Amino acid sequence: MHEPGQKLNGSEIFFESLRRENVDCIFGYPGGALLKVYETLHDVKDIKHVLVRHEQGATHMAEGYARATGRPGVVLVTSGPGATNTVTGITNAYMDSTPMVVFTGQVPSTLIGNDAFQEADIVGITRPITKHNFLVKDVRELALTIRKAFYLATTGRPGPVLVDMPKDVLAAECVFEWPESVDIRGFKPTVKCHANQVSKAAKMIAKAKRPLFYIGGGVITAGATEALFRIAVEQQIPITMTLQGLGAFPGDHPLSMGMLGMHGTFWANQAVNNCDLLIAVGARFDDRVTGKIETFATQAKKIHNDIDPTNVDKNVKVDLPVVGDARDFLESILLELPKAKEDHSAWLAEIEAWRKQCPMDYTVEPDSLKTEFVIDEVSKQTKGHAVIVTDVGQHQMWTAQYYKFTEPRSIITSGGLGTMGFGLPATIGAAFGVTDRPVITICGDGGFMMNIQELVTAVYHKLPIKIFLMNNSYLGMVRQWQELFHKEKYSFTDLEASNPDFVRVAEAFGCRAMSADNPEAARKAIAEALAYNDGPMLVDFRVVRRDMVFPMVPAGASISDMLLARLNPKTMV
Amino acid sequence: MKHIISVLVENKFGTLNRVAAMFSARGFNLESISIGETEDPEISRMTIVTRGEDRIISQVLKQLNRLVDTIKVTDLTHQPHVERELLLMSLKMSKTTQHEIFELTNVFKGKVVDIKQKSITIEVIGSPDKINTAIDLFRPFGIRELARSGAVAIHRGDN
Repeated sequence: MHEPGQKLNGSEIFFESLRRENVDCIFGYPGGALLKVYETLHDVKDIKHVLVRHEQGATHMAEGYARATGRPGVVLVTSGPGATNTVTGITNAYMDSTPMVVFTGQVPSTLIGNDAFQEADIVGITRPITKHNFLVKDVRELALTIRKAFYLATTGRPGPVLVDMPKDVLAAECVFEWPESVDIRGFKPTVKCHANQVSKAAKMIAKAKRPLFYIGGGVITAGATEALFRIAVEQQIPITMTLQGLGAFPGDHPLSMGMLGMHGTFWANQAVNNCDLLIAVGARFDDRVTGKIETFATQAKKIHNDIDPTNVDKNVKVDLPVVGDARDFLESILLELPKAKEDHSAWLAEIEAWRKQCPMDYTVEPDSLKTEFVIDEVSKQTKGHAVIVTDVGQHQMWTAQYYKFTEPRSIITSGGLGTMGFGLPATIGAAFGVTDRPVITICGDGGFMMNIQELVTAVYHKLPIKIFLMNNSYLGMVRQWQELFHKEKYSFTDLEASNPDFVRVAEAFGCRAMSADNPEAARKAIAEALAYNDGPMLVDFRVVRRDMVFPMVPAGASISDMLLARLNPKTMV
Repeated sequence: MKHIISVLVENKFGTLNRVAAMFSARGFNLESISIGETEDPEISRMTIVTRGEDRIISQVLKQLNRLVDTIKVTDLTHQPHVERELLLMSLKMSKTTQHEIFELTNVFKGKVVDIKQKSITIEVIGSPDKINTAIDLFRPFGIRELARSGAVAIHRGDN
């Protein structure tokens, strides 16, 4: 480490600042505006640099790393196209509240605005998709700006922050001074919940006859899962989770209702519409959760705890808003709740009856393979302890339905933005952060192709990731909507004639690969992949082509109107 | 209903863009926005006039607060405040209308800031409602050019 007071150039200050932020891993790609940084990087031994093959891959890796570890993901890319290629990944992190700091090279400050070679106004471009961003105009501001960027990315509701660094700033010298504290007068998130609101919430919970927890990703971000477990078990309150909330409460526990919403369980959605108190924690009443707003949980009083005040009363008007950190909220509630609990057994029995009425199940036939079976089998063989990274589409929803997540930071998925191509790079990022649990991609053939180049990154670093490709040679979710709602016009969703042989493609990248097209072969392939840790392994699961995800709430319908199976499309409009 | 919101922001490049872009990205109405430095050169005051039902305005205020470069957001609508807008307007003028224009300018406590053979430029200061009325009444003379500053506003009283 350099001593305080020493004169350094911008690139040295950059790495020195990353050290102070305890960064151990960055995902990057060099380029003209960053030559000075890569010159310095050549002799940096204590920060691992992962060379990606496309800057979008770097952002998804950083997100996978951040979601798996809870630490901010760091991206380093050059100006112009390097910077613009990060836009999708930054938006994804913004929508899913993932802490991330993206460093972009920029043309020399004297050339900014002149349409210089590889110039893009990345600060302007990313203003609406970052929590905040900075252009560093003076090397003396660099260390403080980096300090602020990490502080903003990780404080309050996390999110991506971008720092644009012109080439001349990275070469200029100044005395390195690391600011020990940071104060941003326009950024003071409310972490501690208001005591009166907490007391009111505790009273409402103690009185409720049919309470239900609606848990989002904020509970995992806040590290509030232990407090949640204690309240739920002590008070016998059932729990339903959003896609990002899965893992906040053990999926195999009798109080877990699984996921709610569009592809949630029938009983979770019934519970939402029949509860008398809905306790939303770290969730944001997204349209995929609520369905038709007017009919959502109409019998319930609603408590909403979120650290971001803009989430409160945005989509659904609530009876008791509590702004603050989810952990503070749940731990405070725990202290206030009476030991003698209400008897909820009738309520739990009612939910159990809905569960029996429409259970989650699928059929197994010896000579055809269903995605549901594969995911169920992965869940069983890993005992729900793996880190599962999904792409976007049918396999993603089946993963949410059939994988029994038992601990937090176990599902890493693109929820808000729904970014195809997220899965493989996010898995790679997660594997750099987590080494004591298997890290598995569950993806479709469409999304896999969108960032397939990152296979090189996985192979080069010998990452023991398992790539489970649910290959139906269709853009399955779009195809499902075409079948159900668009007159069975299968426009441009059939990939069978154009898909490559994924086993051979993977092998050409140097990745071990095999395929499976029946339950027995699939079971063996999963076991083999889980036992293989010398590098990545891909299994091409040749699943049935026209399977659909049920149950399903059609877009804009009430969540009480779930489709439980294929209906005649003519009667469904 | 109409709301007038006063926002103290960091006096940095891009701040106006952040605020304006947030309004358009979230589909909020933006009737006028004006910005200028305060007594502290590091801080600017933005005055925003917007319309919407209470639920929307509450989102507007929260989203403004959420921006890192905003320091303080105040909805002045239901608090004692003074609100002013500047109108500069160039009108067609002839011998026959000259007197009438002078008179009307006096009614609005306006000033003549430029006068030529066939045109006259006046300034009027007042609430946006008064400015609207002035424009309506001067319109028959023929408006050549018109510029409005957008409203600026400040608290009334000791608070």
